[in-house]
Amino acid sequence: MKGALQEFGGEMLGHEKAKLSRQQLVEMHRLMLLNRMVEERLGNLYRQGKVVGGLYSSLGQEGISVASAYALRKGDKIGPMIRNLGAMLVKGVQPREVFCQYMAREGGPTFGRDCNLHFGDLERDLVAPISMLGTLIPVMAGMALASQMRGEKNVMMTYIGDGGSSTGDFHEGLNLAAVWKLPLILICENNGYAYSTPTHMQMANTRMVDRAKAYGVRGDRIDGNDVTAVYHSVRRAARHARSGKGPVLIEAMSFRMKGHAEHDDAGYVPTELVEAWRHRDPITRLTRYLLEKGLATRVELDALVEPMKAQIDADTDWALASPMPRPEFARGGVFAGDGDPRTEGARA
Amino acid sequence: MSELTYVEAIGQGIWEELERDPSVFVLGEDVGSYGGAFRVTAGMLDHFGPARIRDTPISESAIVGAASGAAMMGMRPVVEMQFIDFISSAFNMITNFTAKARYRSGVAMSLVIRGPSGGGVNAGPFHSQNVEAYFHHTPGLKIVQPSTVRDAKGLIKSAIRDPDPVLYLEHKYLYRRLKDEIPEDEEILTPIGKAAIRRDGDDLCILSYGAMVHLALAAAEKLEEEDGLDVSVVDLRTLCPLDDDTILERARSCGRILLLHEATRTGGLGAELSARIAEHAFEWLDAPLMRLCPDDTPVPYSPPLEEVFLPSLGDVLNKARELAAY
Repeated sequence: MKGALQEFGGEMLGHEKAKLSRQQLVEMHRLMLLNRMVEERLGNLYRQGKVVGGLYSSLGQEGISVASAYALRKGDKIGPMIRNLGAMLVKGVQPREVFCQYMAREGGPTFGRDCNLHFGDLERDLVAPISMLGTLIPVMAGMALASQMRGEKNVMMTYIGDGGSSTGDFHEGLNLAAVWKLPLILICENNGYAYSTPTHMQMANTRMVDRAKAYGVRGDRIDGNDVTAVYHSVRRAARHARSGKGPVLIEAMSFRMKGHAEHDDAGYVPTELVEAWRHRDPITRLTRYLLEKGLATRVELDALVEPMKAQIDADTDWALASPMPRPEFARGGVFAGDGDPRTEGARA
Repeated sequence: MSELTYVEAIGQGIWEELERDPSVFVLGEDVGSYGGAFRVTAGMLDHFGPARIRDTPISESAIVGAASGAAMMGMRPVVEMQFIDFISSAFNMITNFTAKARYRSGVAMSLVIRGPSGGGVNAGPFHSQNVEAYFHHTPGLKIVQPSTVRDAKGLIKSAIRDPDPVLYLEHKYLYRRLKDEIPEDEEILTPIGKAAIRRDGDDLCILSYGAMVHLALAAAEKLEEEDGLDVSVVDLRTLCPLDDDTILERARSCGRILLLHEATRTGGLGAELSARIAEHAFEWLDAPLMRLCPDDTPVPYSPPLEEVFLPSLGDVLNKARELAAY
C-alpha cells in the first residue's frame, strides 16, 4: 500500500482537468465533511451504547463514495457497500435515517428490519446491499440490463473491496456485464485490508485494474483520495457505459483508516502505514487545494460546518426520540399482500 | 384443441406471457439458438429476438442476480436452470438477496426460476435431484411443481404474473411421457397456493406432488381393485405456501395419511406436512402419519440402483396397505 502512495505523488488531478466548477468542489467538500461528521456522531452513539450491533467507518475513503456518486446523474442507480455512506448522502439520504438504522429504531427506512447501511430506495436510486460480498455486482448488472433493454441510457454503479473481489459473484457479475456490454461501473476500492487480511494475501496480482483487460472491459486506476481524479474517472466511465461500450472497472487506491468495524483496533496494521496515509486524507487535501488555488476561503469552508452540525444534532434527537419498533413490524411483507405493516397503516 | 406434451405446455405458457407482457424475458444457458437443453424455449429466439431470449454464460449466481436486478426495475425475468441441480450455485443469491428483498426493503421481486428436476431417467447424482426442501426453509420464496400438462402451462403463467419470486420445478420424467388436449383459446392460470384433489376417497389419502402423483394414482386404482379401498390422492401443486385447508380437510376426512415424495426423507416436505397435520388434525387421525420417500443418499446413476432409490408402485402399495391395516 506504500506503493500506491508513491505512485500517485500527492498532486491532485485538478478541477480544470476534471471539468469541475468551484461550486461543485465546495459541494463535494461539504458532502465529505457531512459523511465524516455523521460517522463521528455514530461513534459517539456507539460509545454511549446506543448502537445495536457493529459500526462501520469509511474514514479516509469518503472521497471515493462522494465523488463517484456526484459524477452520476438522476436515474443512475447505486448499490453502495458498508463504507459508502458518502454515496448515499449524495443521493439524498438524511442523517436521521442512518442514525435510526444503526440504533434499530422504528423511524428508520427498514423499520428495524435490517441494520446499518442495509437500506435502499429506488426512488432515490439506491439499492439495499446485503452482507454477502459481491452479490450486488450481478444485481446491478441486471438493473443495467433493464435499462439497456428499455433504452433508458442510465448507468448502474456499485463498489467492491479488495477482499470482496475474491468472490465468485465478482467474476460472474463482471463477466456477464462484459459479455452483454451492460452500462455498469464497478469501483474496486483497494483499501489495503479486508478485515485483517492484507491485499497481497487476497490476490497474487494486487493491481486490481489488470483484471479489466482479462474481462475485456475498460479499466482505470486512480488515486481514490483525490476527489477530482475520482470524479473525472467516473464521468468518463459513465460516458463510456452510456454509449453502449460496456462496463468499466475503476481501481481506486485508498486506505482503511480504522478497523474493520468499531470493535476492531486494527492492531495488525503497521502504524507507519496509517500515518503515511493520514497525510493523504481526501478532505484535508481538498481543503488545501481549495485554499491554495484561491477557490475558497477558510471562512467560507468553516461556515459549512455549523449548519451540518445543527442538522446532525437535530437528526440525532429525532432518531433518539424514535421508538424501538413495535412488535407488529416483525411480521408481514414477506410476500405481496400478506399484511405488510409498513404499507398498511400500522405506522402512526 | 391440440395435444401437448408437458414440456411443450411449459414452453407454450412462457410464449403466451412473452406475447402478452413486454417486460417478460427469458435468460439461461443455451436457451437461445439451441432452444434450451430440453427445447422448452425452442423457436423463441427467432420470434422474440435476442434481447428477450438471452443466452448466458455458465454463471448461475449471476443469472439469478441479474434477473433480480432486472425484476427490481420492473421487468419479469424467467430464468432457466439447465438442470435444477445447478441451482445450488445460485443458493446465496436466491436465499439472501432475492428472497429477502421484499421483507427488508419492500421491493417487489417478480421473477421465475424454473428447471428440470427429478429422477427416473438414469441421469446420476447431479442431474436428478429434487431441490425443493433447500428452498422451502427460506421465507420469501414460492415453490410450485406441476404434475399435469394443464398445470404445467397454468402454473408457469401464474408464476410469471406472480408479484414474488417463484421456483417452478418441472419434472423431467414427465416431459414427454405426459400428453393432454389443451384448448388453444383458453387462458389457463392455475392458482398458486391451491392443491388439487386428483382422486376422491375416504379410507386413506396420499399427499404427493410431481411425478409421484401418477404413482399414487396407479396405486389407488390397484388398491380399489384388489383391496376395495377408497383412496384419495392430493396433488399439492404448490409446495410453498402449502394449501393447509385442503391438506387438513383431507387429514380430517380420511384419518390415514401417506406422504409420498421423490426427494429424500430427512427434512423433506413430508416432515413439514407431518408436523402440520399432527399439530392441527391429530384427533382425527386413525393411524400414525407414514412417509414414503427415498433413503437419505444421493441419487444413484445405474438403472438397478436408481430403481432401489425411487419409490415404486410396489412400495406405495405396501405402505398404503400397512397404513390401512393399522
